Amino acid sequence: MNSLLIPNPKEAESIHILREVAAQFERPVLLFSGGKDSITLVRLAQKAFFPAKIPFPLLHVDTGHNFPETIAFRDKLVAELGLELIVRNVQDSIDQGKVREERGRYSSRNSLQTTTLLDAIEEFKFDACIGGARRDEEKARAKERVFSVRDDFGQWDEKNQRPELFDMLNGKIHLGQNVRVFPISNWTELDVWEYIRTERIEIPSIYFAHLRAVFFRDGMIWTANEHVFREVHEEVIERMVRFRTVGDMTCTAAVLSEAVSLNDVVAEIRDSTISERGARIDDKRSEAAMETRKKVGYF
Amino acid sequence: MSENRKLIKIATAGSVDDGKSTLIGRLLYDTNSLTSDKIEAIERSSKQRGYDYLDFSLATDGLVAEREQGITIDVAHIYFNTNKTNFIVADTPGHVEYTRNMVTGASTSQVAIILIDARKGVIEQTYRHFFIANLLRISHVVVAINKMDLVGYDEDIYLKIKSDFEVLVGKSGFREDQISFIPVSALKGENIAKQSEEMPWYIGNTLLQHLEILEPIDLEENSVARFPIQYVTRPKTAAYHDFRGFSGKLYGGSLKVGDQVTVLPSGNETKIKSIHFFDQEFQEAAAGSSITITLEDEVDLSRGDMLVKSGIEPQSEKQISATICQVNNKALKVGDKYILQHGVNRVLAKVDQIASRIHTDFSGTEEVEQLKLNDIGKVKLRLSKPIHADSYLSNKSNGSFILIDEGSFDTVSVGFID
Repeated sequence: MNSLLIPNPKEAESIHILREVAAQFERPVLLFSGGKDSITLVRLAQKAFFPAKIPFPLLHVDTGHNFPETIAFRDKLVAELGLELIVRNVQDSIDQGKVREERGRYSSRNSLQTTTLLDAIEEFKFDACIGGARRDEEKARAKERVFSVRDDFGQWDEKNQRPELFDMLNGKIHLGQNVRVFPISNWTELDVWEYIRTERIEIPSIYFAHLRAVFFRDGMIWTANEHVFREVHEEVIERMVRFRTVGDMTCTAAVLSEAVSLNDVVAEIRDSTISERGARIDDKRSEAAMETRKKVGYF
Repeated sequence: MSENRKLIKIATAGSVDDGKSTLIGRLLYDTNSLTSDKIEAIERSSKQRGYDYLDFSLATDGLVAEREQGITIDVAHIYFNTNKTNFIVADTPGHVEYTRNMVTGASTSQVAIILIDARKGVIEQTYRHFFIANLLRISHVVVAINKMDLVGYDEDIYLKIKSDFEVLVGKSGFREDQISFIPVSALKGENIAKQSEEMPWYIGNTLLQHLEILEPIDLEENSVARFPIQYVTRPKTAAYHDFRGFSGKLYGGSLKVGDQVTVLPSGNETKIKSIHFFDQEFQEAAAGSSITITLEDEVDLSRGDMLVKSGIEPQSEKQISATICQVNNKALKVGDKYILQHGVNRVLAKVDQIASRIHTDFSGTEEVEQLKLNDIGKVKLRLSKPIHADSYLSNKSNGSFILIDEGSFDTVSVGFID
């Protein structure tokens, strides 16, 4: 037996938050993207409820344009841990005529996910959606509460948020409302990577440097793939790259990297001069890009 | 995770006019915490607005409404680190109508930075910020006298503001060694990370040096153990068929296997059989751990109940006196009923008395009929069931609560038990 447990304060806070979700809500769900933040959430949830199973399912909103490595990883994780996985497809929302595919050279299904997500929330009557967003990612996220109440339309009212005092979380809501919960709000990107290293958590291979067919546009490195619009003159080349965030292929740019191990990645993040979301094409649309999407129910 | 760095939580108070966002932007810039794409974005926005300097406030003012009005509306959390220390900054708005945000931002902080515009000196807003730091028993206050560049880096102005502020310190519960004064220019970076050559008369640490050497007294880790039950873990699997664990976060002190504990509210006593964290067992858990505990005896224990060491039980009261800050548009009146949440426990509460409204400029109190948004006052509450609480002074987390409106479910007040 070990002698003394000295807590990691951020981990202890996240576990506390996850237990509050299980205690305060009827039908929580963990929004799982296959990215490192949601993988970290799964580990934290294991810790929160051990030796019992994680008492809520995972929901993946699949744009159909995900990296195949991510999907394979997702299925393996779910099988290993015996988790319940729900998948809902943006393609279905398109086929139902609820959303229309974007066109042109910056077309992406990223913002279309919102409709599919809101439909899934309604279908399963989820009252709490746990997500891996962190306050250090982006300015508008920096102001988001740990328990963030959304109305029937999934909207975020940023001027009328509930104050959060110490660890006290008020998850009382009306029927039809739901709460977005962010257990790793106070973690930084480096915290997540150091945690993955300490805990030896497995992550998809695309987080490590690999040879990939890419093309350059607007100073960013795009994946050359049938789902990503490319002009005829945009030349495809092979480069050693890795991904710092893993989202839809159409909105996640790669970075040049030689980092093949977790130690390399942690060292690279420490020295990095480009922010994590600097490689997110969706945020570059305007200074208020994230806030505008959040107000209409984006995760 | 950043295993060997200490974690310091800071609240900044002051309005954008005092250069608060600029100060934070400067701290981020001088600690190399701003990435090149963020700096580019700041350069681009500054240029668009026709400034001939870098407007660091753009790094922190995250909401569109804020950028339009140039003021900070809500608490933003900012993270940066030096080699020795991880910092979390709760950047709170300074205007009187955002007192509530200041209170919540300051509640989790160990250090408060109060900004004063050297041209204006100690003003009403300074009083309020300091009053809240005092009310919430923040461990250290750093008074940053800013915009020294606009007063010719004049030592006399600095000394005048310092002595004005010391009058306030005399009226507070702070000791002199909990307060420090630093003359700075956030815009020019003087005495932020770099020792100012413009103010050779100031002998002392830069702001960043000062923040790094502070050793905050953390009430959370220096009182007595309180273990509120958050969740009962019952796996019901073959391997753990009879496992019944009590999960929660431990506050105030440590607990050990074999400790004699009292179950509240029943008052039954038993011993700690095992302490679990994930798939490991521990002999002892320190304050702040999120753990699962099993007990020697079958006892009735569910969410909202509490485990404490026998002999050092908290008060179990159905009537409490508290200082509250009203954080919602709805006013608090005598006779109102609310849901009171104390930690993870909820009971019903009725407002028996509003004893007074407290002036946040240290000038005393007045009798009022109701407490309105941003008011701070003394109240007496009657509860449907007793809560197991300490005074805020002796145990911050077990001495605070929120009031939730039964209709809207909004959090309407935050309270600190006398």
